[in-house]
Amino acid sequence: MSFETYLLDRCKIEGAHELKLAQQHGAYEALTKVLKTPLSTTDVIDVVKASGLRGRGGAGFPTGLKWSFMPDPEKDPRPRYVAVNADESEPGTCKDRVLMELDPHGLIEGVLLAAYAMRAQAAYIYVRGEYRLPYNRVAQAVEEARAAGLVGKNILGTDFSCEIYMHKGAGAYICGEETGLMESLEGKRGHPRPKPPFPAGFGLWGNPTTVNNVESLFNVPFILTRGADWFRTMGTEASTGNFLCGISGHVAKPGVYELPFGLPAREILDEHAGGVWKGRKLKAWFPGGSSTGLLPANTIDTPMDHDSIKATGSMFGTGAMIMLDETACVVRASEVIARFYDHESCGQCSQCREGTQWLSQIFHRLENGQGTMEDIDTLESLAKSMAPGRTICALADAAAIPTLAVVKHFRGELEAHVRHKGCPIRNRTLAGANA
Amino acid sequence: MTDKNNNPVPDLPAKLIEEFDRLVQNYPEARAALIPMLHRCQEELGGWISPETMEAVATYLSMEPVEVYGVATFYPMFRMSPPGRHVVSICHNISCELRGAEDVVRQVCELTGAKLKGTSPDGKFTVQTVECQGACANAPMFDLDGVYHEDLTPERVESILGGVE
Repeated sequence: MSFETYLLDRCKIEGAHELKLAQQHGAYEALTKVLKTPLSTTDVIDVVKASGLRGRGGAGFPTGLKWSFMPDPEKDPRPRYVAVNADESEPGTCKDRVLMELDPHGLIEGVLLAAYAMRAQAAYIYVRGEYRLPYNRVAQAVEEARAAGLVGKNILGTDFSCEIYMHKGAGAYICGEETGLMESLEGKRGHPRPKPPFPAGFGLWGNPTTVNNVESLFNVPFILTRGADWFRTMGTEASTGNFLCGISGHVAKPGVYELPFGLPAREILDEHAGGVWKGRKLKAWFPGGSSTGLLPANTIDTPMDHDSIKATGSMFGTGAMIMLDETACVVRASEVIARFYDHESCGQCSQCREGTQWLSQIFHRLENGQGTMEDIDTLESLAKSMAPGRTICALADAAAIPTLAVVKHFRGELEAHVRHKGCPIRNRTLAGANA
Repeated sequence: MTDKNNNPVPDLPAKLIEEFDRLVQNYPEARAALIPMLHRCQEELGGWISPETMEAVATYLSMEPVEVYGVATFYPMFRMSPPGRHVVSICHNISCELRGAEDVVRQVCELTGAKLKGTSPDGKFTVQTVECQGACANAPMFDLDGVYHEDLTPERVESILGGVE
């Protein structure tokens, strides 16, 4: 199937991370249009709302609606901030990195438009500490843009001023949670805050703040130059536009592909990612990162959009598909993921702090031959005691929901591990590299 | 520098102080610069955050050393003990695991002589596993001294590590 692209177009041009070439290929056209026409801040929010753009960071919340939660500056004179979530850490997710490395000006333009719409005077781009090249690319681009009058005071000679500051995280997954990110940005441990109050009312330093994902903001300039109607021609009614689909694991051509929402997962796997590697069959897949429930192979015809994936009992998440071939062990995969959530739990809520550790220990026992049938029931009751919505943030849900999916779809494999006193799949490593 | 009780505190290098004086201007509250500051300290002061460094940073930001300690130990990128001259951080999360991260760990340990989470006897390499580094479509991968090496094969691992001085 052929479809229109826009997200990765500039990324494919060698050297477009520099301002001059980026501008030759349309960077800052939307900003110029908005500031020179001029469109009002409400106009901008209305266009983004009308486009149906949903956040690309995992939750799929409508971006325009989120922006409209910021209080009216006439009634609330506090400083206002945009925080950019570039803490991309969801296992399987490697898309924002591509945008930051190859088209940082596209991101900066999106940040400026968001700041304009929400009348924020400053934006902080919170980049995970390990992303040195993406950080440096965006930092250089901010300096270039500042020198060209596109960042800072009186942008393009208008009344609009906005500073952009770079900020580096230090390896904690939980800082991708928006309130954990804000705590971290304030120089504290990344402990998520109870909500309410929501960031729009009480965010950075207690001031109105909106946190947006890199790819979400990256869509905004295209929506403003080409229009909400154009944007809605792509994707599905409820999931509009294209998304960056990172596909990894046991596929022939892993990569980051720009695709419209609603393509069947099978088409993405076979036509874009070259099918399952080594001529093998698919066993299971995560639709959108390790926090989304593992699905068996028979769901592979599901369209990749928020509602269709939700109907399977899983979640669209970040659209990061992770594929497991027929030689993979679901219990080992669960052990790896459970270890991750145990490592990353911030420790504030007991259900999460203790629960993630239990899950990790139980999957480890099952995979290594010490598991019992009772352990399988414990996995289920434990996961149900952790989620949904029983903790300050969704990390416990992210650990518990995939666990429930594994018990539901792969109970037989869990039981086989108990009966065989260990992993019945001969090659213990998932990779099957020697198989 | 001295702390609030007038006890001497080790000085941060002048170059870092100059940087930090500019950095704190980016935020309405200076403390927000803490994590970026710790990164720079780790980069410039031996690859780890010593108790003395934490004390100096605390004094600079008018914080209690224990608060700096609390933050520094929360974040996996900050190390609390000196590493070898080179640090290899191997991703062992799901996408890398599916494409042979365990084999990479084994090979790197063999080639460097370091035990996992340890330093080789000659002090040249520290080897550790890390959680997802966002290189999932180019798995398996490791980070060597802050540079990503992706799409690793046994041959590539050998040539990358063999080229390290």
